[in-house]
Amino acid sequence: MLLTVTTTRRPATDLGYLLVKHPDRVHAFDVPTGTAYVMYPEATDDRCTAALVLDVDPQRLRAQKDAFELSQYVNDRPYAASSLLASALAKVFRSALRGASKDRPELAASVLPLEIRVPALRGTSELVTRLFAPLGWTVTATPIPLEAELGGDSRYVDVRLVGELRLADALNHLYILLPVLDDAKHYWVAPDEIEKLLRSGAGWLAGHPEKVLIARRYLAHRRSLATTALQLLEAEEPATEEEEELPVARKAPLAEQRRDAVVAALTEVNAARVLDLGCGGGALLTALLKNRQFTEIVGADVSSRALEQAARRLRLDRLPERQKDRIKLIQTALTYRDDRLRGFDAAVLMEVIEHVDLPRLPALEAAVFGHARPTAVVVTTPNVEYNVHYEGLTGMRHSDHRFEWTRAEFADWASRIATEYGYAVTVRGVGDPDEITGSPTQLALFTISTEVTA
Amino acid sequence: MILDVPELSLVALVGISGSGKSTFARTHFQPTQVLSSDFFRGLVADDENDQSASSDAFDVLHYVAGKRLAAGRLTVVDATNLQTHARAGLVKVAREHDVLPVAIVLDVPESLAWERTQAREDRTFGRQVVTRMHRDLRRSLGQLAREGFRKIHVLRGVDEIAAAEIRYEKLFNDLRTEHGPFDIVGDVHGCRAELEALLGKLGWELTRDEQGRPVDAVHPEGRKAVFVGDLVDRGPDSPGVLRLVMGMVKAGHALCVPGNHEQKLARKLNGRNVQLTHGLPETLEQLESEDPAFVAEVRAFIDGLISHYVLDDGGLVVAHAGLKEAYHGRASGRVRSFALYGETTGETDEYGLPVRYPWAKEYRGSAAVVYGHVPTPQPEWINNTICLDTGCVFGGALTALRWPSRELVAVQAAKEYYAPVRPLIAVATKPDQGLDIADVTGRRHIDYGYGRTTVPAENAAAALEVMGRFSVDPETLVWLPPTMAPCSSSTVDGYLEHPSSAFAELRAAGVSRVVCEEKHMGSRAVVRVSASGAGDAIWTRTGRPFFGPELDEPLLARVRAAAGPLFTELGSDWLLLDAELLPWSAKAGSLIRDHYAGVGAAGRAALPAALRVLDQASARGLDVAALRDRLELRSAEIDGYSAAYRAYVKPTDGLTGVTLAPFAVLAGAGVSYAKKDHDWHLALADRLVAADPQLFTPTRRMIVDLADPADEAAATDWWLALTAAGGEGMVVKPWAGLAATDDNGRLVQPGVKCRGREYLRIIYGPEYTRPEQLDRLRQRNLGRKRSLALREHGLGLAALDRLAEGAPPWRVHELVFAILAAESEPVDPRL
Repeated sequence: MLLTVTTTRRPATDLGYLLVKHPDRVHAFDVPTGTAYVMYPEATDDRCTAALVLDVDPQRLRAQKDAFELSQYVNDRPYAASSLLASALAKVFRSALRGASKDRPELAASVLPLEIRVPALRGTSELVTRLFAPLGWTVTATPIPLEAELGGDSRYVDVRLVGELRLADALNHLYILLPVLDDAKHYWVAPDEIEKLLRSGAGWLAGHPEKVLIARRYLAHRRSLATTALQLLEAEEPATEEEEELPVARKAPLAEQRRDAVVAALTEVNAARVLDLGCGGGALLTALLKNRQFTEIVGADVSSRALEQAARRLRLDRLPERQKDRIKLIQTALTYRDDRLRGFDAAVLMEVIEHVDLPRLPALEAAVFGHARPTAVVVTTPNVEYNVHYEGLTGMRHSDHRFEWTRAEFADWASRIATEYGYAVTVRGVGDPDEITGSPTQLALFTISTEVTA
Repeated sequence: MILDVPELSLVALVGISGSGKSTFARTHFQPTQVLSSDFFRGLVADDENDQSASSDAFDVLHYVAGKRLAAGRLTVVDATNLQTHARAGLVKVAREHDVLPVAIVLDVPESLAWERTQAREDRTFGRQVVTRMHRDLRRSLGQLAREGFRKIHVLRGVDEIAAAEIRYEKLFNDLRTEHGPFDIVGDVHGCRAELEALLGKLGWELTRDEQGRPVDAVHPEGRKAVFVGDLVDRGPDSPGVLRLVMGMVKAGHALCVPGNHEQKLARKLNGRNVQLTHGLPETLEQLESEDPAFVAEVRAFIDGLISHYVLDDGGLVVAHAGLKEAYHGRASGRVRSFALYGETTGETDEYGLPVRYPWAKEYRGSAAVVYGHVPTPQPEWINNTICLDTGCVFGGALTALRWPSRELVAVQAAKEYYAPVRPLIAVATKPDQGLDIADVTGRRHIDYGYGRTTVPAENAAAALEVMGRFSVDPETLVWLPPTMAPCSSSTVDGYLEHPSSAFAELRAAGVSRVVCEEKHMGSRAVVRVSASGAGDAIWTRTGRPFFGPELDEPLLARVRAAAGPLFTELGSDWLLLDAELLPWSAKAGSLIRDHYAGVGAAGRAALPAALRVLDQASARGLDVAALRDRLELRSAEIDGYSAAYRAYVKPTDGLTGVTLAPFAVLAGAGVSYAKKDHDWHLALADRLVAADPQLFTPTRRMIVDLADPADEAAATDWWLALTAAGGEGMVVKPWAGLAATDDNGRLVQPGVKCRGREYLRIIYGPEYTRPEQLDRLRQRNLGRKRSLALREHGLGLAALDRLAEGAPPWRVHELVFAILAAESEPVDPRL
């Protein structure tokens, strides 16, 4: 809600000409989220500071509903520098942003000693430095501490930028990078944002080492927009040699190897009617659908969002009827019995069991091996021993994993389940094996051995 | 002429064009009961007379008829129904829904029919069509009974048609108007002595004939006995049992449904060839020494037995081998067969006996089904069904169920009269482990006793995701706390919520005495602890484990230790506690850091910086006074806001610093404490505090008589002091307890919250106390929140009731699931 721009280039008060705001008056502007004020706390020949104060009106902010939802009523918008301040800046300093000046054109075109201060900005010192330093700023970003009761720092920093730059460049940097640091747009991100990004980023964004992060965040994580923007940026910049792809033999990633191993296991047991339990976004379903061996495929997941994703990925609404008849998506929770899952040749639990709390695992076992009771079951799960090969990995491979097993633990579980439910089981590794730790993924193939009467 | 028609049946009108079927249907039935082929032809082809559309039209007609019959509604089909195939379609629909097909034939002279047909503009066919129809009708008359019509009424001529009157008859199995109370007796199998003993134990007085044989029994309280069948075979005195039961039935003191053994005996007595096995030879031998007249009476008695009864307003169904819900109150061969023999899978077990289909496991009906047939060691309620055959003749016991009290009374057999083929084991009648997804998903209507609700499919889908991925074991999760509505917006200057509104609101709901409980600002926690520790859990308001097993387990162990004396005192080996876990920062630490405190830090950094700029500008002679005032106010507001959340931040390390504030003991083994008053609940909470003052935090409270302004004033002062010291506020609850009702017996809100002025800054924003903002906030709409709170509260109470009754897990779970599903309704989160 506050930023100040200071210059010490004599006569410093010429800043007023560049900003088209007289230093001896208080200027007020109506902006969509409140009132923006420009005033000069100091204005001498030696040093002149212009301050932009945005007095956010929470009620008007609330009217712009889409952005905040739950935190609508308690949020940092009236205090932290954000897209609100950037919008106000663009409105209030429009010509300065363009580098135009009727009264001092040569001053607008030349570099000035500048000092910018933003007392509360969301971000870390490190990120602020990464974004501003490459543009020629000397960055001081001091974390704002939380109260003693809580201890530690808040997610905000007090930022001071010092540098010799053109005023227009400085303002454009702020216009783009304030919202990028804040990372929460106050308005709906429409495709015309790309134009704004390219216009204000002209001359500096294409060469910025963090241009991908900047484009992504500025376009509020809408990937398709960000990609378009990045392509347009590339056009400005000649491709450097490192960026050209080298002809390296591509190794199949683990996910692909796992998928192949599962399909191979299903082929091994001649399964035609198969369940993909915990199908998620449908990675395996796509592979199953391509294989005519599978005449009936049911993808089941607990998340309706995942099922929607799978439907989109499979283009269910556009599949020819014969293809579509082979596949069905249903919502289910594997800790419940579900009659719809009975009578299949095989069920796949690919990277699923580790997402179930251990105490709840028996319920899944009973629902799958006891109730659904397919002729074969394929289970894959990470081999935790292999984790030492993942550099920088602390904890488990995924934040939702409730456990990860060693090979011995998995083998024990598999043989216990096999005995309990009347299956035979073989366990194998998936992915390139390491001599000591084994393969990254482990797979168990269960086949029914005794039919238990109800 | 009176036409008897069963209350639930499929009535086919039969008659040629112009015989007056539609007029007849209009006269005697409601428009929605009548399905006319003309109408359905119009529906599928835009032309009621388009004969090429008949096939499609009848498809739809049969479909609609099926839906009506499934719902138990009388259905009349207005079509010519002159051809065998057309009538066969109707008989099939009737049989699929186990209702009786009835034919009413309208037989008018062909000449009259032709006259009427000619008078209708839309009928364009020639005379020969009418003649052919008439010929078909003549041929049909003799075939109807053979085709399966169980009642055939033929009305000859216009006068008979005009004079006809429909009289509805009840099915023989419909005894819904009989309310008992009943003593339902399991399989006797000729064990007369045990039957006499059981009746004696139940308080019946036997009447004996001159030879001392019991021939009737009367209960002084006017109770009625119901026998589930299998009176005969295997045991020592089948004739004696028959004599007594036949006498009781004849005198109106008992009802009896037939068992498969009676059925087989009757077939033998009727001269059919049956295998003399399973104890039938013993019965025949015993009957040989009886008077032939008695044997004839036995035959007539068995022939007259109705295969099942629906009793007590439909709340009780008795059938020998049980009955699935779709068959209750229906009449057909397969209903009778199910009632007599049950359903088998077609397989046999290792003793060569048929494997029975476990229908009870899938039973979801609201009527209790009481049956026998399968000997079990111990009668057990499974999904509202119970088998009373405790194998008396095999040396077990003879058991009776008292209805409606559901009390079981049994006498031991004097000896083993007959060796069982297989040991008495409760096979395949055990409820399934785990829960069935079909009981929670999709759009569901739930009648939970305190009200009715519909769970939309999308809310159920959202709840399933939470339940499937994050919750504690759903069978442990027997209750979830309902959301709580705030009190009505206050008009007191400067306040959005104020005790006066809470008191006024409850007074208006008919509550005279309330308890004001300090509202702890922490995280809601439901705790289940038991003496043994098995199945103990602590969960959040959405059913998730609290901190994870490393901390939850030691926490539960401490609660268990403190609750020790209560298990004995309340006579329950487990208890369910409703509590708040403190401090807020223990569970919500990252939310506070990232959100609430972050906003505070940003405000406390930005506002002073802006004020400094303004002071400098002011020193330069610029007029910024108005803006400065506004920012100064903001700065004070952000300080107030920061102080508000800071009050709920306390240092914790593992469990050190964590406390629980219990305020209700919800349930124990076989009991819901929802009817206990809050003095009772809080006294128990105090005992826990006394037992472990480090772990438990007391709940400060004040009881207020709503008729006494002094009480109210004192409570208001108390609230002001509480909130001034950083307290969140208070909850005002009807003193009578959780299940408090108004004068009409409807549930009232179990509590309304009244939050402090400073606390609300973290809900409505630091600046909410400005007069213009308060005015706007006072317009907040509480209706949705209140109705949601009441619905969730009722569902929760019903879950506790069902738990106390020993209902199967899915019956409790469907309600808890509905509470979770209700939480995905869009309601203002600030309320």
